[in-house]
Amino acid sequence: MTQEIVTANRLRDGAVVYLAPEGYWSERLADAVVVEGEVAAAELLGTAEAAVKAQIVVAPYRADVTLESGLPVPRTTKERIRSRGPSIHPELGKQAEGQPA
Amino acid sequence: MYRYDEYDHRILAERVEQFRDQVGRRIAGDISEDEFKPLRLMNGLYLQLHAYMLRVAIPYGMLSSTQLRKLAYIARRFDKGYGHFTTRQNIQYHWIKLEQAPDILGELAEVEMHAIQTSGNCVRNTTADQFAGVAFDEIEDPRVWCEIVRQWSTFHPEFSFLPRKFKIAITGSPHDRAALCVHDIGLRMHRDAAGEIGFEVMVGGGQGRTPMLAETIRPFLPKQYLLSYLEAILRVYNQLGRRDNIHKARIKILVGAVGAAEFARLVEAEWQASRNEDLELPAAEFERIHAHFALPPYEALPAETPAFHAKRFENREFARWVRTNVSRHKQPGYAIVTVSLKPEGGVPGDASDRQMEAMADIAERFSFGEVRVTHEQNLVLAHVKEADLYELWRNLGFFDLAAANAGLITDIIACPGLDYCSLANARSIPVSQAIGRRFADPERQARIGELKIKISGCINACGHHHVGHIGILGVDKKGEEFYQITLGGSADETAALGDIVGPAFAYDRVVDAVDTIVDTYLGIRIEGERFLDTYRRVGLQPFKERLYGAR
Amino acid sequence: MALVKNGTLVADDEWRFVAEADEIPAEGAVVVTARRWLKERDRFAGRNAPTGIKIEAGDDIKALAADIDRFGLVAVDFPKFNDGRGYSTAHLLRERYGYKGEIRAVGRVLRDSLLYMHRCGFDAFDIVDKDPLGAWRQKLGEMSVFYQPATDDRTPARELRHPRRPLARAS
Repeated sequence: MTQEIVTANRLRDGAVVYLAPEGYWSERLADAVVVEGEVAAAELLGTAEAAVKAQIVVAPYRADVTLESGLPVPRTTKERIRSRGPSIHPELGKQAEGQPA
Repeated sequence: MYRYDEYDHRILAERVEQFRDQVGRRIAGDISEDEFKPLRLMNGLYLQLHAYMLRVAIPYGMLSSTQLRKLAYIARRFDKGYGHFTTRQNIQYHWIKLEQAPDILGELAEVEMHAIQTSGNCVRNTTADQFAGVAFDEIEDPRVWCEIVRQWSTFHPEFSFLPRKFKIAITGSPHDRAALCVHDIGLRMHRDAAGEIGFEVMVGGGQGRTPMLAETIRPFLPKQYLLSYLEAILRVYNQLGRRDNIHKARIKILVGAVGAAEFARLVEAEWQASRNEDLELPAAEFERIHAHFALPPYEALPAETPAFHAKRFENREFARWVRTNVSRHKQPGYAIVTVSLKPEGGVPGDASDRQMEAMADIAERFSFGEVRVTHEQNLVLAHVKEADLYELWRNLGFFDLAAANAGLITDIIACPGLDYCSLANARSIPVSQAIGRRFADPERQARIGELKIKISGCINACGHHHVGHIGILGVDKKGEEFYQITLGGSADETAALGDIVGPAFAYDRVVDAVDTIVDTYLGIRIEGERFLDTYRRVGLQPFKERLYGAR
Repeated sequence: MALVKNGTLVADDEWRFVAEADEIPAEGAVVVTARRWLKERDRFAGRNAPTGIKIEAGDDIKALAADIDRFGLVAVDFPKFNDGRGYSTAHLLRERYGYKGEIRAVGRVLRDSLLYMHRCGFDAFDIVDKDPLGAWRQKLGEMSVFYQPATDDRTPARELRHPRRPLARAS
């Protein structure tokens, strides 16, 4: 069964954020809540709606991940780049802030 | 170049305050994202992968040194120290915060710049020949008309919610450097039999998933009727263009559906019914705008500059740069310089804040303080004395701006691709960097000759791949990046769309594929042929065989 | 939703919009769809009350040109706020067909469209907003200079720049 997380961009600055426990939005993918199965993923996305209404994030959606050593790792190039930063600029973005990919 | 008067300034100031109010209402929750999105897009603000992206208009590619310094300041103060010059003669910043966007627009307004209509379903920045006003074969300066179109189209009340975006390009030269054929409207100035100057009007070009070349709907439009004729085209399109499917909403689909002849008839009928002297520009206003584009005070110089030729003889690297990056100027003793933004291993079209500031200084010293942006993502200094070329070249070199590759295989157009863009399927920039490294040897580049590679990260074709001599399109195959190659495209007056050579290549096979194509060409070309000439003579087959024959 | 006309809220709108399938009342000012008008126009000949029509996006207004003076109101519908066909409709009604009566924007008429609508010849607005009158006042006052001539009486910048209107044109 695929594992999923919910991600969005923050309204005020557009930063990539991940839905973490208790409705908190983290800039680190490692903090994301990982769920399994359609029902749980749809439910998780549903809880993100509150943050949309509260002008915290824009356009949340589900993304597939795999768990490696207990940490979520994106399955697509696009999500990998979102979680790290531009592949051509290792000195920019989350990858430059010492965060795990 | 054009300078704002009190009216232009007031329009811009009011627009900045309007956007500040809209951003405030969005952050306060008075309007939803659905309602806010078209408003922010009308101010050039997108939400991309890592942050907001702001696209700033550079009207028909013209910048003063003051404006360029402001762009550098914005890069440093509000972004991460660089900007990206686009294929529409604009600049994009990739790391913008929504809450700072109104302040950035305020900074831009100080130097007569804005992000108005750089997105949205409206008339976008009108683009022009980057050699406008100085090309030796030019009939009339198209920038005057670009500015007239800019003012007419800015906040046009009837045409701000068209079926889809709308792009106009204008050239005043027979040689098309502005890619007219892939614009919604391409305008080419020429003389009729009586010697009058007017526009050939081409409509319905565009790239994207249904690439089409524009067709001529009026061979000659006396130039004084431009605005009323544009209104007629846009009114027909606004009423009849499709709105049920975003992929079929561009004017090219309408022109394709009814046929160019019928479309021309519809426009002509609308024009005859609506023609009205009040729409055309009053003579005094034409003269006012025209006066802004007077050429700078050139010195009277001899046609030949011996010191310049001596330097070419002494310094091979300089000679190579002159061969590729210096073009003929209409004023004796002067030259047009293309400053390449494609250094080996660099990001096509990117410039750091330091490079922008250096270019501003260099432009003031060598080219009357003026810089131009090309749709091929390079910069142009349009008024350089031949006697200054060597010193200019040395100065450019200090800032990694002296790459001698304009028009060569490493002068690649690339969109931002999946490194930044939320629409992209694959990365463009690393592919261009890899090609740049593979073909870095200047001798080899010179041997290959003129060859334009254009790379897009998705079917929207911002990287113009359809009209690349070699076009590369990134596609997604089950989460993996693949690249489809087309051959034989061209964006000049012999415009053509490229032909797909065969199945797509994996990320790590693209550069080899390009190498194979180049090698094939070098093996079969006849003396004096450019890549495009060879391709037009032999077609796809020899390339197909070499690329896929072993399979 | 509230009707704003001549800068004021209209509380008691005399016009009644009649749905396609509904019976047309004998009395009172009614608005029918353009399609229905073209089909049943003879039925309205003896009717002793004002008639208006509602033009939907995509309707061909040329067919209505001959009847234009018979309408007390033309409503132009915006099915989405970014469907811009209604702007050309209003322009043509005023400039080509010389319609002098009320042109009312209906449908998705949002705050940020009002100024453009007014410039294209609309003079009544069925505004979707929490504060319709406030929206109207803010939006109509937000911009004070305009580049291009349109279907309104605002003097464009290109004429403000040259106070005495020149006779000669660009050549």
